[in-house]
Amino acid sequence: MKRIVILGGGTGGTLTANRLRRSFDERDAEIVVVDHDADHVYQPGLLFVPFGLTSMQRIVRPRRQQFRSGISFRQAGIGRVDTGADRVHLDDGTALDYDVLVVATGARLLPGETEGLTGPGWLKSVFTFYTPEGAVALHRALERFTGGRLVVNVVDMPIKCPVAPLEFCFLADYYFRRRGIRDRVELTYVTPLDGAFTKPVCNRELSGLLVDKGIELVTEFNTGTVEAGPAGAGTAGSAASGAPGGRLISYDERVVPFDLAVVIPLHGGAAYVERSPGLGDELGFIPVDPSTLQAKARPNVFAVGDATDVPTSKAGSVAHFEGDVLADNVRRFLAGQELLAGFDGHTNCFIETGFGKALLIDFNYGTEPLAGHYPARLGLPLLRQSRLNHLGKLAFQQFYWHSLLPGRDVPGISSAMPARGKTRPRAQAAAGARGHR
Amino acid sequence: MPAVTYAGHSVAVNEEGFLVDPAQWTEDMAPQIAKSAGIDELTARHWQVIRFMRAEYQAKGTGPTVRVLGKTSGVSIKELYQLFPKGPAKTAARIAGIPKPRGCI
Repeated sequence: MKRIVILGGGTGGTLTANRLRRSFDERDAEIVVVDHDADHVYQPGLLFVPFGLTSMQRIVRPRRQQFRSGISFRQAGIGRVDTGADRVHLDDGTALDYDVLVVATGARLLPGETEGLTGPGWLKSVFTFYTPEGAVALHRALERFTGGRLVVNVVDMPIKCPVAPLEFCFLADYYFRRRGIRDRVELTYVTPLDGAFTKPVCNRELSGLLVDKGIELVTEFNTGTVEAGPAGAGTAGSAASGAPGGRLISYDERVVPFDLAVVIPLHGGAAYVERSPGLGDELGFIPVDPSTLQAKARPNVFAVGDATDVPTSKAGSVAHFEGDVLADNVRRFLAGQELLAGFDGHTNCFIETGFGKALLIDFNYGTEPLAGHYPARLGLPLLRQSRLNHLGKLAFQQFYWHSLLPGRDVPGISSAMPARGKTRPRAQAAAGARGHR
Repeated sequence: MPAVTYAGHSVAVNEEGFLVDPAQWTEDMAPQIAKSAGIDELTARHWQVIRFMRAEYQAKGTGPTVRVLGKTSGVSIKELYQLFPKGPAKTAARIAGIPKPRGCI
């Protein structure tokens, strides 16, 4: 009897557990999932909470209910992993030995690493929508906001869902227009990158959208300090009293003033990774082979989803597309077979642009997001705003609970990025033909 | 691709001024690249960062980001910006003759 221990019961951990449960008879392998809490949050939903478009109640379900029968769930904090002894030490004093370990504990927000971010203004005039409590508090603050400078700031990469802060800007524009106060709100997007997005074709499209919607773009801004203004800035009262707002200050001493700041804090791996020698990199992410997902630490350790160091977005779609490669490789490893280098970096994101529309982007390690259709010529339009993509984004939540987490294979949706349906720029098509990345 | 002469050797650089082939780099090129980046004198602290960038690139195939530099080079992010005001990771990589660190995706 083998034991597979999966650390983390989020998107990657849950779908991996369910896929593995299907491929192993219960007499051959025991599957144990460990997580420190009992709630599974549908994280893409957090973007909509601040605008009152959904509520926490509608995006949280019990973790336990997402697992197939025959999977044990242990609710406990993780102390450390001893990869030399194939053992996980839990906070409750017990230990779990494993034959294969899958690290799926995602990314952790580190607001305390930015000077002033969690100071007196935290959750008063400085918010994040990346946590349930932050998203709920920001909803209340937006309802009170009657005008002023709203700044959306990404402190540094990597972050979960790198398009979400841009979507927040687009939805904020839409939200203030619907309230009839858009002319009283200055919206600014402040990023450490040298453009709205890293990939050239997509960057052009998204930068154009920022211009169209009157959102100012500040680039190459590395936030060193957040100085919060007094609570209640941006409300009718503060505008009347002329109360000073807060300021973002970069390491090279540039200043962006704000009345209300929405900050995406630094991200790192789970805390126990730092306490597990050899397991993670300097940020606590797990170095893995980018196509087999086997950890560099040990051959019987794998990682999936946001927890890895693979060079693509930290996004649920990546965990989804990694899932079948990972489950197959765990099975191969236990059978003593060679691993398959099957993961191509496939990533797929809906980008909500407001007004009931959304864009869709689809890319992998070697191909940047391109125009065309997904998953084939008659599919959803890529890199173009459409009502269909917005409906796709809304429908996705049902797909998430009922298809993605259970680890079902969906006809027409493959792990590898589809090339058909995409329009390649000439230079890239030529490079592809030569077999270069 | 443009070519530049550093320390008497002609080397190919890309449009942002990064050496195309890091193997062509020698330490005596650094002061001249630094001058072109607006840094008149390389101190021991600069060199600590430049040598660290080189070592990281050789070990991992990519130079570290500012955040990783601040955590691992022994020089704080604040000081890194004092040493390389126009962006430590980018400037130090250029002076160290390695490619621009991959921003994450």
